[in-house]
Amino acid sequence: MPGLFLIVLLLLAALPVYRPGYKVILVSSILMYVILTVSWVIFSGTTGYLSLAPAAFFGVGMYTAAVLGMALPLPVVVVLGGLASSCLAFLVGAVTLRLRGIYFAIFTFGLVEFIKNLLLWWEIERTGTRGRFVVLVDNNTIYYVMLAILVMTVLTAYFIRRSRYGLALQSIGEDEEAAVHAGINVTALKIVTFAISAVFMGAAGAIWATQLTYIDPYIAFNLNYSFMPVLMAIFGGIGQPYGPILGAAVVAYLREILITEFPYQYMLLLGIILLVAILFLPNGLVGLVERARRRAFGGQRANT
Amino acid sequence: MPILEGEGVTKHFGGLAAVSSVDFKVDEGEVVGLIGPNGAGKTTLFNLISGALAPQEGTIRLNGQDITGSSPHKICRMGLARTFQSVKVFPNIPVPANVMLGSLFGTPNRVSSADAAGETAELLEFVGLTAVGATPAKDLTLANQKRVEVARALATKPELLLLDELMAGLNHTEIAEALELVARIRERGISILMIEHIMKAIMSACDRIMVLHHGEKIAEGTPQEIAASKKVIEVYLGE
Amino acid sequence: MVTLLNMVIGGLLLGGLYALIAMGLTLQYGVARVLNISHGEFIMLGGMTTWTLYTVFGINPLVCLAICGPIAFVLGFGIHRVLFRRLQASAPSQGAFESSSMLASFGLLFIIQNLASIAWGTEIRAYTYLAIPVHLAGAVFQANRLVALGCAVAIGVAFYIFVARTRMGKAIRAAAQDPATAGLMGVNINSVLALCFGLGAAMAGAAGVLISMIYPVHVVMGMPYTVIAMIVVALGGLGSIPGSFIGGFVLGLVGSIVAYMDPGLSLVAYYGIFILLLLVRPTGIMGR
Repeated sequence: MPGLFLIVLLLLAALPVYRPGYKVILVSSILMYVILTVSWVIFSGTTGYLSLAPAAFFGVGMYTAAVLGMALPLPVVVVLGGLASSCLAFLVGAVTLRLRGIYFAIFTFGLVEFIKNLLLWWEIERTGTRGRFVVLVDNNTIYYVMLAILVMTVLTAYFIRRSRYGLALQSIGEDEEAAVHAGINVTALKIVTFAISAVFMGAAGAIWATQLTYIDPYIAFNLNYSFMPVLMAIFGGIGQPYGPILGAAVVAYLREILITEFPYQYMLLLGIILLVAILFLPNGLVGLVERARRRAFGGQRANT
Repeated sequence: MPILEGEGVTKHFGGLAAVSSVDFKVDEGEVVGLIGPNGAGKTTLFNLISGALAPQEGTIRLNGQDITGSSPHKICRMGLARTFQSVKVFPNIPVPANVMLGSLFGTPNRVSSADAAGETAELLEFVGLTAVGATPAKDLTLANQKRVEVARALATKPELLLLDELMAGLNHTEIAEALELVARIRERGISILMIEHIMKAIMSACDRIMVLHHGEKIAEGTPQEIAASKKVIEVYLGE
Repeated sequence: MVTLLNMVIGGLLLGGLYALIAMGLTLQYGVARVLNISHGEFIMLGGMTTWTLYTVFGINPLVCLAICGPIAFVLGFGIHRVLFRRLQASAPSQGAFESSSMLASFGLLFIIQNLASIAWGTEIRAYTYLAIPVHLAGAVFQANRLVALGCAVAIGVAFYIFVARTRMGKAIRAAAQDPATAGLMGVNINSVLALCFGLGAAMAGAAGVLISMIYPVHVVMGMPYTVIAMIVVALGGLGSIPGSFIGGFVLGLVGSIVAYMDPGLSLVAYYGIFILLLLVRPTGIMGR
């Protein structure tokens, strides 16, 4: 698996050289969705706490780029975008992650609308403007920064999953009461992991804002950025590490095609895809792949 | 010296007193039984001791240190482990990793992965689960899931172990095995506080028995004293 | 004094709508266990349909209430039968069902919103109905707002009596307490859950009709109402019907006071209250 990842990475790194222009932006947007999805899974996929806040973290990253983009060098802006989102996630986690998961879902769901409204009010009342221009960056730079964030996201997800903390996060998802009685500081672990997952969403937002060149609260804090990663993770399947990556890549590409081919029906089609995935693919694409693999190699583990 | 000590421990749910003003103690090396009819407040008392719930009144001390209202993970790291009435294993996690979580997180000091793996293997052997390999815990029988739970609790290196109905739902052979397991845990120098409904088991395993009824402690003494207590017999036969 | 009275009455008017919306969501979450993110879309459907019926066919909005409510009910009932019942049957646990049903409601959101924008376009639609000033204790209100409050309260009370007094209501309460036991006691659990989901949708649809009498409507109006409904439901204690009724009025009053100071901050204020509640009393006003 790591070998395959390396080959895909090399192909992606070479892309701007042999296919300059349009494709680079298309692939950047797919990479962005992979980042959002993989970082969503780092926290929500393991603990089972359904976060609907990716749009908030992504938007905070975007606004960081809009505010600081002209003044600071790009790498600093991207890092600051990630850190700002992480701080927000830390606060949100500290307030809600002591409570039942359903409060967390409701809270994160409202968070996006809350920030959007607050910003709109601020921009109208205080700055007297709506929206901002973002510093221009050339497409290849955007692409490589996005790719770098992606690599870091996937590596982080991989190392957390392999570490003792990955096991602890999974145990929280399976039985939180047993986990805390086994000596795991579940609240701290949840808050820290949530904050880590937000770093990548914020960084991706910061670099994506430079591609949009102009943002306002409606563009930056769009709930679709919360829904899409969830949809992509479920579609790909969270049972295997490659599931969310596969799901995000497939759905993001599909979305791109649907928007161009059916601009007025694409949400309808995405909705149908989501329902079909939930009803008929309970383990996502990964479930299909694993089933095919099992059929090919035969045999099942015996029960004990 | 008592390892666990409680004074005036009280917990209300709404207007209902689930545990009211209960004193208790467990001495070092002792096996204490906690019995009483359904709804007597036994599991609530366990939840108060292990930190799952915080009492409204009273203090609880572990090894002389006040643990009243502490969070469960802290209490666990201070040397108190428990099992649950409705068995709580991590269903999709392989059996060894279930146990290893206890040794990785349940002690005050950082344990290396290699040491944790070693302890896990030793404990799986101790509870008699060497043959299951890396099976997910949900695929085990109830008796074996309870063994996983005990092994996970032991992995946190407790000085005191709370066992909540370890023998409920088990057949005769399994009960005998569980009793033998309790005796071997005791030999490791671990004190035990156990809730049990199976009287034969509790009479043979415990040094001392406490009886709860409607949230109050109504009797305490050796198994012989409890078996002879009129009050206890009334509670079990009456109503 | 007059401004205070103005704010209080304004808050009650707004609160009636919020209470209705929140009671609908409470039924869907508290009993059917679906945290329905497409709740606001049923409000939008009610509002847009009423706009068409009134401006094209000249049908009185109050009559629309009797049309949109039942249609939304049938829609909700059918959706539960086709979608959520299957999810419930295949879910390994209650928690798994809660997440998968919530995700499925995203899908519904996408589908309903897209279909609506095909049907109605993305323009903001409005009509005037009963825009007559009414003097009330020194304050002035439009008649349509009073009618909307009256209808909201009437529907709320009728529903409360239904739950408290009828056999079916008893079954709903039993299912809300413990679906497994209710099933054993001879309650046809699947019909009760579908009924509750349908009733929740009907309340959203009715709320949409009432909202269209007062405010302009458009196809993306639903989301803020969904957020408000969720806040009220959490505020009232998840699953408590009286809790969401009271919570709705509390939020309405707050909204009215904040709107008096700065209309742009209403949703921000609702969220502030939500945060405060989570910190102080995480089980809600009527929660245990």
